[in-house]
Amino acid sequence: MDKIPILRMGNFLLVTIQVDLYDRLALNLEADLVQMVNKTSAKGVLIDISAVSIVDSFMGRIIGNIASMSKILDAETVVVGMQPAVAITLIELGLPLKGVHTALDVEKGMALLKGMIGPDFEDTEEETQEDGPIAE
Amino acid sequence: MVLSLSKDNIQVLREQDVVLLRNRVKEVAVKIKMGLVNQTKLITAASELLRNMLRYGNGGTCLVEVVSRGRDNGVRLTFVDQGPGIPDIQQAMRDGFSTGRSLGLGLPGAKRLVNEFDIKSKVGEGTTVMILKWANG
Amino acid sequence: MPINISKLLEKQKKNILELWMKNQLADEGLREDLITNEELRSQSEELVNSLVANLTTSNSTDVDSESWNPVIEILGGIAITRARQGFSPRETGRFVYSLKEALLDILQGQIKDDAKALFDESQKISRIMDGLAIVTFETFIKGREEVILRQTDEIAEISTPVIRVWDGILALPIIGTLDSQRTQIVMENLLQEIVESGSSIAILDISGVPAVDSLVAQHLIKTVSATRLMGAECIISGIRPEIAQTVVHLGIDLSSIITKASLASALAYAFRSLRLEVKKQTIQPKIS
Repeated sequence: MDKIPILRMGNFLLVTIQVDLYDRLALNLEADLVQMVNKTSAKGVLIDISAVSIVDSFMGRIIGNIASMSKILDAETVVVGMQPAVAITLIELGLPLKGVHTALDVEKGMALLKGMIGPDFEDTEEETQEDGPIAE
Repeated sequence: MVLSLSKDNIQVLREQDVVLLRNRVKEVAVKIKMGLVNQTKLITAASELLRNMLRYGNGGTCLVEVVSRGRDNGVRLTFVDQGPGIPDIQQAMRDGFSTGRSLGLGLPGAKRLVNEFDIKSKVGEGTTVMILKWANG
Repeated sequence: MPINISKLLEKQKKNILELWMKNQLADEGLREDLITNEELRSQSEELVNSLVANLTTSNSTDVDSESWNPVIEILGGIAITRARQGFSPRETGRFVYSLKEALLDILQGQIKDDAKALFDESQKISRIMDGLAIVTFETFIKGREEVILRQTDEIAEISTPVIRVWDGILALPIIGTLDSQRTQIVMENLLQEIVESGSSIAILDISGVPAVDSLVAQHLIKTVSATRLMGAECIISGIRPEIAQTVVHLGIDLSSIITKASLASALAYAFRSLRLEVKKQTIQPKIS
């Protein structure tokens, strides 16, 4: 079964989607990510979709779901690196992804997350530690 | 007068076939020099319709055609399933209507993404959806 | 004894060309500014050669048949070049018809004693040349259309420049009416430039848009939403009072968009949100 790796970076979780999503893969990601937010009590989730060339209404909904679910678990979600063609298509489709924060790239997304969760949480861990793809 | 230049029939029965079909559509779109944004719109629309076909129609076939009209070239996709059919097409074409638990953007969204859209359905017999996107439309 | 027309034409090729050139050069409409005499001669020579060669090998007077392809190709090439160079349809027409005249003159000169043969051959030549003239016109028009299409593309390109006004700030002045096709181009250019420059703020200036109706407003909202999806902010500036009036009268909701009256105030807003400051330098008075 294909899985999308979730990396942990301090208070944040970083997901880089490198393949074109199909429905089951997206559903798995939603479940894994929410589990991971809960387990690590992450304060922010960063989803990098710069390599994704197609986002249809189903995947748009998954992204929206992740944001809402994380919000309930007290984590903010930022989607970064959306391709221009994907953005135009989503708007035409009627899916403006309200409630999801966006940023141009990972760096700007990180800065946005740090700004959102406030300075109290910054640098609570001395080292940024990275987890590999989570194993079942 | 719309002429069909090439035809290719693809069976879609499993979710993995969707990726295959997307790549096939991308291939023909690139061949007729369709711009990236229009490519993305076409493939997204195809993706929506494929999901409908898999979810409600138990799979079906998709006919991929390269068509031309005068100096314009385009891609025409025809999705055919033998599913239960749609009782009220007008209702199904409305934004936000869904019998499943989706956003209800599939059909109306797909229509907004392409240049031509046609849907025919008979309850108990199945549904046929045709979409057409011109390379510079 | 039947006259061998093809041999006759083959022999008279030089004369046909000379007569045709003479006709063309004598014409008042000769465009020496667009084409040199040498070029005209080489064009004409190529055409005559190919035409006579084809008359020799083919008996068909139907220029749509395949055997005429070589001639049509040359003629098409000439017609397209002329369309691009800016020849008028009349001048292009003269080019073909003066060849017909030259051919008929030569025929008349050569077949003096056989009225029937002269008539038959003239008819044949007429039919062929008329067919070729139609092809020339079609190609000429097609060439013109291509010029127009290219210009349309160019205008669309020119009319939507994306300017980097500051590090991280883009401006896009829109001049003229915003229709859906134009919005598409504006959106694509803007989003592409956002990616390339890594800008987080884009200013869409609509001072040059004559009117904003609900459709234009919808296009603006779409552009703003798409920019937001990319992770950048889009400000609409240059809203004239009468546009503000129509927008409200039409009941268009622009509350989800940051709007500013002028480009200057939009820029000031952009500076603020990037935490930049523009200051007037205070000049230290010199102490002597």
